[in-house]
Amino acid sequence: MNVFTQLLQFLFSGLTTGSIYALIAIGFSIIQNATGIVNFAQGEFVMLGGMFMITFFGFLKLPMVLAFFLTVASVALVGCLLERGPIRHSRSKEVLILVMITIGASIFMKGLSMMVWGKDTLTLPSFSGDTPTIIFGAAVMPQSLWIFGITIVIVVALHLFFKRSLLGKALRAVAANRKTAMLAGIPVHRMVLFSFGLSGALGAVGGILITPITTTSFNVGLILGLKGFSAAILGGYGSMPGAIVGGLLLGVLESFSAGLISSQFKNAVAFLVLLLVLFFKPSGLFGTKHLRRV
Amino acid sequence: MRTVDVLMHNIHKDDTGTAILRAYGLGISFGGVEALNGLSFSIAAGEIVAIIGPNGAGKTTAINVITGIYPVVRGDVRFQGSSIAGLKPFQITALGIARTFQQVQLFANMTVLENVMTGMHSRMKSGFLGGFLHYRAQRREETGVEQRAREILDFFGLLPKADYMASHIPIRDQKRLEIARAMASNPRVLLLDEPAAGLNIRETEEMAELIRRLRNNGPTIILVEHNMHLVMDIADRVIVLHQGNKIGEGPPAAIQQDQVVMAAYLGE
Amino acid sequence: MNRQNKIYLCAFTIIVLLIPTLVSSNYYLMVLNIAALNIIVVVGLNLFVGYAGQISLGHAAFYGMGAYISAILTTTIGLPAWPTIILAMVITGLVAYVIGIPTLKLEGHYLVMATLGFSIIINILMVQLDGLTGGPSGFPGISHLGIGPIVFATDFTFYYLVWPICVGILILSFNLIRSRIGRAMAALSSNEIAAGCAGIDTDALKIQIFVLSAVLGSLAGSLYAHYVTFISPETFSFFYSIQVITMVIIGGMGSIWGSVFGALLLTILPQILHVVEAYSVLTYGGILMVVLVFFPQGLFPGLVEAYRKRRPAAMPLSVKEVRQG
Repeated sequence: MNVFTQLLQFLFSGLTTGSIYALIAIGFSIIQNATGIVNFAQGEFVMLGGMFMITFFGFLKLPMVLAFFLTVASVALVGCLLERGPIRHSRSKEVLILVMITIGASIFMKGLSMMVWGKDTLTLPSFSGDTPTIIFGAAVMPQSLWIFGITIVIVVALHLFFKRSLLGKALRAVAANRKTAMLAGIPVHRMVLFSFGLSGALGAVGGILITPITTTSFNVGLILGLKGFSAAILGGYGSMPGAIVGGLLLGVLESFSAGLISSQFKNAVAFLVLLLVLFFKPSGLFGTKHLRRV
Repeated sequence: MRTVDVLMHNIHKDDTGTAILRAYGLGISFGGVEALNGLSFSIAAGEIVAIIGPNGAGKTTAINVITGIYPVVRGDVRFQGSSIAGLKPFQITALGIARTFQQVQLFANMTVLENVMTGMHSRMKSGFLGGFLHYRAQRREETGVEQRAREILDFFGLLPKADYMASHIPIRDQKRLEIARAMASNPRVLLLDEPAAGLNIRETEEMAELIRRLRNNGPTIILVEHNMHLVMDIADRVIVLHQGNKIGEGPPAAIQQDQVVMAAYLGE
Repeated sequence: MNRQNKIYLCAFTIIVLLIPTLVSSNYYLMVLNIAALNIIVVVGLNLFVGYAGQISLGHAAFYGMGAYISAILTTTIGLPAWPTIILAMVITGLVAYVIGIPTLKLEGHYLVMATLGFSIIINILMVQLDGLTGGPSGFPGISHLGIGPIVFATDFTFYYLVWPICVGILILSFNLIRSRIGRAMAALSSNEIAAGCAGIDTDALKIQIFVLSAVLGSLAGSLYAHYVTFISPETFSFFYSIQVITMVIIGGMGSIWGSVFGALLLTILPQILHVVEAYSVLTYGGILMVVLVFFPQGLFPGLVEAYRKRRPAAMPLSVKEVRQG
């Protein structure tokens, strides 16, 4: 393989994982916009997506499409339980406390997962086999094509949802100004619940898509969540195009540094990016600086 | 003179009359709305100046810019001749400008006495080492500071409540406490943001009396106020703001008659 | 320190010093020793959480840095142990300072993520720089500490090293609360803007508290290394950061006695209940959520308040009781 095809290989691999990071980042954005909190459990949604799919498809041998939708629904339910349970009942509404609650929830989910599925690494078969397609000399796995495809569909669907549908517009209203939305008659509580469910669903999709490539286990949630968060910050926290660009960019950066520098420090790349962005340009690529009124 | 009044007496008496604080063309916007638009004024040492204006005129914004809470985006602020633009609030306090807030911002988790002692932070020296070890110099400083804080509380009539939690005293006392805390740093300029807000007529008269007593002891006083009784009662000079700019200034009686000012208040 | 705290502290110290005469099991002494180390970390972290008002998920990194730096300097380089502990505190403090400056400018949840990211990077370094640290298989052969002829090689002897240090740190912390810096810290936690206008350099103070908490974490880590004589990156993982933050939250943010309570409870209880490791992650998550949802001010303050409410209504809470440390 010459240099060009190798680089192209890194690029495709990076775009693949990057798409997943983008999905996770979008999940963060949705909850952030609707509630102002960082949902620390976002990464666990991804982990649960993989785990549930393994249970429905791998153990229970349900047809793949059915298992897919069941998984997405299940994790969406988990998201709703998180909001309806600890978040809603929290005595303190302070953002930091709520963030800490999501941290507790993520630990709890991790522990529960460890008990239910054990500590082993588990995996899923690729959706349509493992024969690679050769594009310009670089091998692209069919799973990658599924990931690209489904991610694009989701992004377009979300875009239309937020732009055109009543529910989507209601969500945007809540994000812009909670009180005004309430006064306009929008059931804010239900919007918040919905955003948690939606983020859960997105996380699940990410988990289902990536597991055939990277395998999964009870503790992948933390790292995935952090990487998704890095991606969201990189692109501009709270912005959907930012989440997508950030995700893809992070995936590619990771892939190139693993290929060109060392795979051992691959994980460190995401956190280094996170720290650098937070320190130097916290508003990310697409964010802007605002003077806050005191 | 009571000992307490002597103690409150700043050495700043000698510079009466000279300009102690000057604003030059201050401008700042928030999300597209211009809160200040080329505001300039001059405050002379020793006077009591009231800044008035309809809601949204920029009065509190001006104070926030002067005290460093908002940045000086356009223009300049000069204190005793030197620019203080770009300084952080704690530095401005250390230089000698202290303030109170429109809505009382006490330290609710501390006692009345501790609030005042905290106000002396910039006049104290001990740091972490002293804090950890409580060696003799630190203990001496603490005793001295506590003593002075009690004297300040006495001046404000709050000494009996020294050990009460700051959030558990009535609002009129809370407002006094906030002024006491500001005075603890021995400022040359005292900025009071609506000191009469939430007070009834009698309490307002007491506040006026307090402010007069304060001025007799040293600091130049600038107050932002809506309460015209208070303004007419104690201000030497009035500056009128409207939509981020100065539209009038002069003695209270003259301002009361000013057409431009009345139009601003009544709206167009 | 006020009189009430002095009494509590004296009583506490006496009980602490007497315990080894009553408890003969080395196992329980070890648990108490670890509890003492955790108290040191938690007190430091709590000063940061309670007064700077921020959450750090990165303190496992400081604990680990204290352990590894002292271990490497003592074992590999051959320096005497006590100076390496001081040196580790200095190095960790410097790193905390450098990281702190940009980090503490961030808003709450960004700060949480940044501390977490930092902690994971440090953990990755522990694993990857295996020439220096021994990598994932750990770093063995760390010497025990000694003062003069006494070597603190057993659980019993180490107890009488670590607990006096722990009590000493408690005394220093109580002193700090009742000082100019202590008031500044309380002001910072109460009302940051008013604190600034009262003359307090709030940005610098936050960093100073952060560095202090890092230094205490480092001290505990170094002591730990010379106690167990073998360390590995697993101990200094994200889960440890969660454990200490849970201890802070249970104890009540900003409360020093609360930190003692939280650290003791969460170190001893799992041992007494013979909690299987498989359940510990689940339980921590559960505890964290329950305490945060129902007792956001902390379990310890919640219990104290519940106890207080049983007293006759004539006792006002206006006086200093509420903020005693």
